[in-house]
Amino acid sequence: MTVESPAAPDAADDTPTLSQANGAAPAPPVRLDPPRPAAGPSGAGSESTSETPQGAMSAEHLSVYYGGFRAVRDVTLQIRPHAVTALIGPSGCGKTTFLRTLNRMHEVVPGARVEGDVRLDGASVYDPDVDPVQLRRIVGMVFQRPNPFPTMSIYDNVVAGLRLTGRYGRVELDQVVERSLRRAALWDEVKDKLRANGMSLSGGQQQRLCIARALAVDPEVLLMDEPASALDPIATLRIEELIAELRSNYTIVIVTHNMQQASRVSDQTAFFTMGDERAGYLVEMGDTIDIFTNPREQLTEDYVSGRFG
Amino acid sequence: MAAAVTPLPRALVRTRNEARRSIVDRFFRGLCVVAAVVGIIPPFAIIGYVVLNGASAMNLDLLTKPPRALGTGGGAVAAILGSLQLVGLATIIAVPVGVGAAVYVAEFGGRRSATIVRFAADVLVGIPSILMGIFVFTFLVLPFRHFNAFAGSVALSFLMVPVVMRTTEEIIRLVPDSLREASLALGVPRWRTVLSIVLRTGLGGILTGIMLAVARAAGETAPLLFTALGSRLVNVGSFDKPMDALPIFVFINARQPISALNEQAWGAALLLLLFVLTINILVRVRSVSRQAR
Repeated sequence: MTVESPAAPDAADDTPTLSQANGAAPAPPVRLDPPRPAAGPSGAGSESTSETPQGAMSAEHLSVYYGGFRAVRDVTLQIRPHAVTALIGPSGCGKTTFLRTLNRMHEVVPGARVEGDVRLDGASVYDPDVDPVQLRRIVGMVFQRPNPFPTMSIYDNVVAGLRLTGRYGRVELDQVVERSLRRAALWDEVKDKLRANGMSLSGGQQQRLCIARALAVDPEVLLMDEPASALDPIATLRIEELIAELRSNYTIVIVTHNMQQASRVSDQTAFFTMGDERAGYLVEMGDTIDIFTNPREQLTEDYVSGRFG
Repeated sequence: MAAAVTPLPRALVRTRNEARRSIVDRFFRGLCVVAAVVGIIPPFAIIGYVVLNGASAMNLDLLTKPPRALGTGGGAVAAILGSLQLVGLATIIAVPVGVGAAVYVAEFGGRRSATIVRFAADVLVGIPSILMGIFVFTFLVLPFRHFNAFAGSVALSFLMVPVVMRTTEEIIRLVPDSLREASLALGVPRWRTVLSIVLRTGLGGILTGIMLAVARAAGETAPLLFTALGSRLVNVGSFDKPMDALPIFVFINARQPISALNEQAWGAALLLLLFVLTINILVRVRSVSRQAR
């Protein structure tokens, strides 16, 4: 990795009162470190009902820089587990940048770094002991444009995350493929052509294939960066229905330009906008119904009512 | 209901100066056509000439028999097998180096180191191939006191590395970042992403680059003169001994005062031409069909 390691620990030290007030543990990164027992094809029912759901995330005074440019300024927010959180705001307000810090995907851009911290179930994601590769298996991601691997079949695309990181038996892989495609609501359409190239599918099917691929490594959190913006309305509707189904098993964070989409699919909404020196910041966050009907901030009301952006 | 044509405004009427311009234009256009024709004559003339002279020399003996010690008869099998081995070993050496360097430059290297490696490759392409032969001669032939095929392969690999590297680098850069991100976001380590996603996606293009490098190496004579030397014996697998190659076979036999040997040189030249042309045409067909997709 050509990325500078972020200065996370200092920022975490700055906010002991906040994390204590939230009842968050001082956050040893222990459970991020070893590969989770659940992170495998056998972890079918990892979404246990008895304990509290896993996959709560939070940002603590998070700022993101690209070289000298501050793209996101001092964001603090809580992402509820097994719920859908929408990030909305005008272009360039740092929604996508913020999203990518949640699984440290911003680090693939040379010169990108963060200040502040991101927590996953209380544990610091930016602790120096955390392996970003392991983190991304727990916090998966779906991108704006469908990006199936062009050299792989549908089957191979789904199990790519497993095959490229370990050895699995044929039977296990078959099970993962069926389970993941079913969860991504694609199984019935492709079950007879699993050997066909992933690129032969329509755009909407490709995007659901990418969702199945992300689910196959059994994440707890799914980050979606405008997952329907490249799709037609019908394919968009299917993605939205899918998000509603996935909600009970996964924590979902979705960036969207489409306010109707945010209001349809999400439980809570965070509104970002661009501030001084083009740095994006969080204006307010709350239950989606409140943000759209009774926002606290005038800026939010102006945006959701279509007066700017 | 055609509108009445109004008289041409003065500004639109052709002047004498413009008439002169159009003559000059036609003249120089004609010169360009002549230049283009002159440019395409050599390749077709060479191919035609080699085919005409080589076809009559092409026979089973040429393909299957070793050269006789003296006089007529015999064939070029030592040269054919030698070329395959020399180029084969050179490919085995050059591909890992070339692909590895390309991966470093395109995926991991900073801007400055990438520029340095790329510049070195461009310099290597421009160095006359005889110099590669002399250079390798000094450290792989002189110390052992005899010519050897291994030195020949090393000299050929010097020619192949920059070709493989530059084409591979171009291809790697064409692989969209979205695929790298998709892989990294699945928790796939960087090295595995490069190996299984980036190189796998660009495999067709990388193979094309390797084929071009093979074609180039197969036709080279100069790097072999000081290294593999050439041989009248069939040499299979003894890389510590001299080995024959088709270009050397052509070079030596064409200079003999015996017409049967000159004939063999033509035959071997045709073989070489067919080999190189086939590769180039395959490459062309591949890249055309990729564009069509």
